Amino acid sequence: MFLAQRRFCFLGNKTEFLKTICSSKILGFSTYSKMSSKLKNAKRIEGLDSNVWVEFTKLAADPSVVNLGQGLPDISPPTYVKEELSKIALVDNLNQYTRGFGSDLGPCPCAADGKTTELNPRPCPFSLESSCLSSVTTAVLTVSGHPSLVKALSCLYEKFYQNQIDPNKEILVTVGAYGSLFNAIQGLIDEGDEVIIIVPFYDCYEPMMRMAGATPVFIPLRSKAVCGKKWSSSDWTLDPQELESKFNSKTKAIILNTPHNPLGKVYTKEELQLIAHLCIKYDTLCISDEVYEWLVYTGNKHLKIATFPGMWERTVTIGSAGKTFSVTGWKLGWSIGPHHLIKHLQTVQQNTIYTCATPLQEALAQALWIDIKRMDDPECYFNSLPKELEVKRDRIVHLLESVGLKPIVPDGGYFIIADVSSIDADLSDMMNNEPYDYKFVKWMTKNKKLAAIPVSAFCNSETKSQFEKFVRFCFIKKDSTLDAAEEIIKTWNRQRSQSGQNV
Amino acid sequence: MSPMGAARAGKAKPTLQTLQRQRSLHFQLTMARLLQARRLEGTEHNPWVEYVNLANEYKDAVNLGQGFPNFPPPDFALEAFQQAVSGDHMLNQYTSAFGHPPLTKVLASFFGKLLGQELDPLTNVLVTVGAYGALFTAFQALVDEGDEVIIIEPFFDCYEPMTHMAGGHPVFVSLRPSPSQDHQDLDSCSNWQLDATELASKFTPRTKALVLNTPNNPLGKVFCKAELELVASLCQQHDVLCISDEVYQWLIYDTHQHVSIASLPGMWERTLTIGSAGKTFSVTGWKVGWVLGPDNIMKHLRTVHQNSVYHCPTQAQVAVAQCFEREQLLFGQPSSYFVQLPQAMQRCRNHMIHSLQSVGFKPVASQGGYFLTVDISNFKSKMPDLPGAAHEPYDRCFVKWMIKNKGLVAIPVSFFYSGPHQKDFDHYIRFCFVKEEATLRAMDEKLQKWKAKLKL
Repeated sequence: MFLAQRRFCFLGNKTEFLKTICSSKILGFSTYSKMSSKLKNAKRIEGLDSNVWVEFTKLAADPSVVNLGQGLPDISPPTYVKEELSKIALVDNLNQYTRGFGSDLGPCPCAADGKTTELNPRPCPFSLESSCLSSVTTAVLTVSGHPSLVKALSCLYEKFYQNQIDPNKEILVTVGAYGSLFNAIQGLIDEGDEVIIIVPFYDCYEPMMRMAGATPVFIPLRSKAVCGKKWSSSDWTLDPQELESKFNSKTKAIILNTPHNPLGKVYTKEELQLIAHLCIKYDTLCISDEVYEWLVYTGNKHLKIATFPGMWERTVTIGSAGKTFSVTGWKLGWSIGPHHLIKHLQTVQQNTIYTCATPLQEALAQALWIDIKRMDDPECYFNSLPKELEVKRDRIVHLLESVGLKPIVPDGGYFIIADVSSIDADLSDMMNNEPYDYKFVKWMTKNKKLAAIPVSAFCNSETKSQFEKFVRFCFIKKDSTLDAAEEIIKTWNRQRSQSGQNV
Repeated sequence: MSPMGAARAGKAKPTLQTLQRQRSLHFQLTMARLLQARRLEGTEHNPWVEYVNLANEYKDAVNLGQGFPNFPPPDFALEAFQQAVSGDHMLNQYTSAFGHPPLTKVLASFFGKLLGQELDPLTNVLVTVGAYGALFTAFQALVDEGDEVIIIEPFFDCYEPMTHMAGGHPVFVSLRPSPSQDHQDLDSCSNWQLDATELASKFTPRTKALVLNTPNNPLGKVFCKAELELVASLCQQHDVLCISDEVYQWLIYDTHQHVSIASLPGMWERTLTIGSAGKTFSVTGWKVGWVLGPDNIMKHLRTVHQNSVYHCPTQAQVAVAQCFEREQLLFGQPSSYFVQLPQAMQRCRNHMIHSLQSVGFKPVASQGGYFLTVDISNFKSKMPDLPGAAHEPYDRCFVKWMIKNKGLVAIPVSFFYSGPHQKDFDHYIRFCFVKEEATLRAMDEKLQKWKAKLKL
């Protein structure tokens, strides 16, 4: 009891507490040694506590820093999107749980319009409502999403899949695309499975795989030599033999991200065919992260691997409201795929968060309907945003080149990476054991007031050295932010020419 | 040509059903391996679906099943959300991952006072996607393969599958009603108690956590201080974590008091206290919840959070922060929502008790929460053979019969029991009384019709 007293004094507890413990006959010496051992973490999260964003967002939080780091638009979402949410916020009953299960979906607005386009020559699936509902009520259902939202997503995506998509069984609405990745991995990836991850990769893929007990198998994108022309994301490719060597009988899935973060690569038909061929040959799944699907620049086309022969049945395709409508704070995403895969994501959902926020889902549905009805219109956000961003992309390419950095022009997405090795920054006061790009970004944030993200943060430990001379900039920023970045670059240039040094 | 190929060639325009059949056939020929992860075993089944579908099918039925209010949220909450979505456009973007700063700040100060702790918004508070998300995060962070988790029955049904998904083993201990005295018109859930010896026997060296839910769903029991002290002493003796689900903490009736187990001596360092904006402000659709706890445990929840959802939606958090700021100013005063809501809901509870008694139901008066558990033994003895699957617990057959024939939706309480115990508690059903006046009147109409038929 004396030992126990000393321990609790050390912890600084109040006297009443001590009295209770001392007078209690229940506690004995044996609990002292147990105390530190039991209240610890589950093994699944061992080693997953660190996070690059925590460190770098803190650095960039200084208001004098121009933040081109985190992928967060500082442009306003489109007016009609904000308006829909404002309208919905006035509706009382949208503040309670959505039903979430498949149920009466009502007539589809597309059918009401009587509109068919070249992409959609078939009658709207909702005219088949009575037949599909009968299968819906007899089946065992799990949560899918707010009825009007899953309906809108079904209507939108069936234009691309050339197949009808059952809104209740082949779609799941999640907490951002992040949530879809989590559900797909928890639902489909088992302990001991291998999963192929292409480097560089959106940083959560690796810890999510590890949390599921899987073994990530990495393959880097490699650049071919570039002579005379601008370095492009399309110069970075996978070596086909190297890729095939990563597949074996333990491979459960490959994660594909197109358009790619951070490179901005938009995978071509041939590249996707290769991946598809290997998925089929080795009977693996494909988790296709397509959050930037609308952000594709001139001369490029986003292709969905799930539309390739033999791929629908083995692919989960992930999308994001945040990236689609520049509303990252709504945290809504979705997974689309065959029921035999989606049902497992739905099972995860019913055991994790159950449903997503109702008013946001309704607002998203309304925003989607607006744009679904004008897919060929330049005013449609899916068309206007990439046009707007292409201008910003070209501007930032020019800015980075002007200060001696070597950017890789992205074909899609809203990030650009640049090789910073030509800059002789004095990084001597930075931590030695960190990769070069971590040190460079910290130096640049501190000395040039410009924040970015080191690309080795998107690499596993073995491949960090291949990418540590690259830094990622985000360009979905308003003109005044890019103007401020331009000022910094001009000043930087002046300092370089004045000093005669390459810093 | 494969069936899929024929469809694409435009030779037939298949229905959605045909396409699905074709697709699933094609799948069976291709994917040879097991698709789903083993962690999903035992978690797939969702008993709610059948009842939700039935409730939708019988549109005339009065839905007193699922636990959400069908009255509007308070004006101040609606206004807070309206302001959040019409204000600064940057609120449409990501906020801090572990919680929007104004929200974590007010939660820290508000609950710090209640728990008698100095709470740091960054290390002692985590905002989650509903209390449901908080529970999941806690289980994943702390329950390991082979760990035992003590669950008090009847329990909110997600605790069991969440334990399984984390590789844990649920160990159940039942609240049991003491034999009701004949002279008592109304049973109370204070009669439902844990046997101290039985509870103590459930703790083993493998016990990692105990899940406490007070006020309890479905019973409505508000654990009193003495009961919590018993649980607390066992948790300390066996070095066990307490996951305390307190979503209904403001819905306390009669003269009962809500006690947070984290405020008891020795418990702050081993308790995670879970709350819900949905239940607090009648905004279940906002899906904002939180966990409060010591940093050395919370850091593990942060790790799970940053690897699962990472950020929660911004604007709903802005609105919840504003709601708490308002309540902080009005705390204890008559205009506080935390005073008004339980007063109004107590009236609903009493109305429902009275109405149900008139038909022969025996309600167990709830001390807190959204729900009324009702004993249907009378009906079980009068109508023992209702349609249902073989071995289906009586309460499930009864509820389905009641939806179809009497137009009232409730939830069978056997949902909230572990498999082996369902048969022992198959004579209770659960009604939600957190409904507007019109709904309770519609319930009365259905009950009057029922009563009239009984008299014939």
